[in-house]
Amino acid sequence: MSKLSFRFYYFSLAILLFISLIISARVGAVNISYEDILNFFGHKLGFIHDNNPDSIRQALFFKIRLPRVILCAFVGAALSVSGALMQALFRNPIVEPGLVGTSSGAALGAAFVFVMGNRLAGPFANTIGPFLLPLFAFLGGLAATLIVYRLSSVFGKTNVNTMLLAGIAVNALASGGTGFFSYIARDPQARSITFWNLGTLSGADWPAVELVGVSTTLGILICLRYSKSLNALLLGETEASYLGVHAEKLKMKVILINTFIVAMATSIVGVIGFIGLIVPHLLRMMKSSDNRFLIIASALLGAILLNLADMVSRILVAPSEFPIGIITAFVGAPVFLFILINNSRKQQQGGFYA
Amino acid sequence: MLRAEKIFFKVGEKTLLQETSVAFEENRFHVIMGPNGAGKSTILKILAGSQRPSGGKIFFHEKEIRLFSQNELARLRAVLSQHYNITFPIATSDMVMMGRYPYFKTVPSKSDKEICQMAAGVMQATDLLGRDYNTLSGGEMQKIQMSRILAQIWDTQETENKILFLDEPVSHLDLKYQHQLLQVAKEMCKKNITVIAILHDINLSITYADRILFMKQGRIIYELKDHYQITSAIIKDVFDMDSAIINPGNGKKPVVVF
Repeated sequence: MSKLSFRFYYFSLAILLFISLIISARVGAVNISYEDILNFFGHKLGFIHDNNPDSIRQALFFKIRLPRVILCAFVGAALSVSGALMQALFRNPIVEPGLVGTSSGAALGAAFVFVMGNRLAGPFANTIGPFLLPLFAFLGGLAATLIVYRLSSVFGKTNVNTMLLAGIAVNALASGGTGFFSYIARDPQARSITFWNLGTLSGADWPAVELVGVSTTLGILICLRYSKSLNALLLGETEASYLGVHAEKLKMKVILINTFIVAMATSIVGVIGFIGLIVPHLLRMMKSSDNRFLIIASALLGAILLNLADMVSRILVAPSEFPIGIITAFVGAPVFLFILINNSRKQQQGGFYA
Repeated sequence: MLRAEKIFFKVGEKTLLQETSVAFEENRFHVIMGPNGAGKSTILKILAGSQRPSGGKIFFHEKEIRLFSQNELARLRAVLSQHYNITFPIATSDMVMMGRYPYFKTVPSKSDKEICQMAAGVMQATDLLGRDYNTLSGGEMQKIQMSRILAQIWDTQETENKILFLDEPVSHLDLKYQHQLLQVAKEMCKKNITVIAILHDINLSITYADRILFMKQGRIIYELKDHYQITSAIIKDVFDMDSAIINPGNGKKPVVVF
């Protein structure tokens, strides 16, 4: 694809994202019209001086709806970019943060802090408290990813079967641990197991948006610097080294950044599976595996799709809501199976090799 | 100039490469031959700097090879491997452009693009450039990979001697393209490039090589400086095959028949 058509994709996706954000901001337990949204922004920015502002709905919009929609976009971007990065790293299209344990590891780390955090921080709870959650989510996600990665890589080649099996084991272990913490949690507000394993965006607020927004944006910007090296990795590690890429260093860096963005997102919203699988897969249908394109477009498309999924989760059983992970799983699992079948066919033909 | 001093390579107890010292001459076409498991690919990987030897040193331009940065090395030598396993869809033109990766940061320059075109042109692969790499036949893939390798060491200045490593470059090619590829490699020798290739066909080797190195059981046992030095005794010793050498005379190269 030429540079021009890349730009065309970015531009179209950005517009779609904007539209999806607005539509998504409208619906939910309380529906808000487009006019309302315009008015709210008018008030907020001081263009409109109305004597009778709809203050409750306006507060709802700015305190709940808007941060949720924006958080959702960042989480979708984070998970999708992570999927694209991991697929490049494992040289395999059936990898995503939910499958290789990054998400569940991060969730375990976060659950640990939720339940034990106060005891852990002790008298310093106020100072170090806010950093504990992201830190432990990161450590948990990193440990899980590294275990799966080490187990599935032998002599520089990644064995997909081992990787998927190791992923199952690590996921089981991590969600068992998360379940354990939910079980022993005394705090009635400790979030339920369902939350951790299926994900929800109902906890969205502005600090959450800041955390995930900053980590995701930063992570994506850094990863873009490695997109060329990741492309070279497409050839295999030895071949990449012939092109001047230090494969081992690259892998460590990308795993770290990748875990960072996934962990930050997961520590806020729980485990949302399959989005990281579907989005890069859809983009590869454009017949390009250029990682620069994949990273940027995954961020945009991931934000759009997760926003739509979240919108559906709010509409389906309004005024209550549906765990978003169920929706992504219902859509994502069949896609996953499709790719798996496709790959094993290619493998039988001798073309596919992981 | 590439030179190896007392290199050897062991994996556990098994010695894949016995202690070897060897020098390669600038702008010559070197062919390494030998039976399977003789250590040909091993020595190629060590010379190319992707595999550290268990002992010994390799010098390139009189500097030890491990002192080069990966990127420096990538600008000085290119390696065509035996197998490539590409999992993802990729345009052939992007594949060839990878050869220029050591030269640009994010966006290829105009000259990078021109070089890719020239490299593909030399390999007569220009009409493959618009295609998806994974839809190519084995031979077409080989041509594209060779174009990529050529793009990597393409140098319009030709000031620095560079090395082209070819590990069984013609295994997937038909008769015409076998000769075409080796012809291209031979032409590169005139552009300040040293070629080191592993080949299995003795007559192809005689046709193109300036130097032939025969390996057996992890050591180089013969180094022929001239194709007239080939004898059936050497072939018997290396490959355990009976053969006869036909010398057509009038400056034509000898032919080995079995």
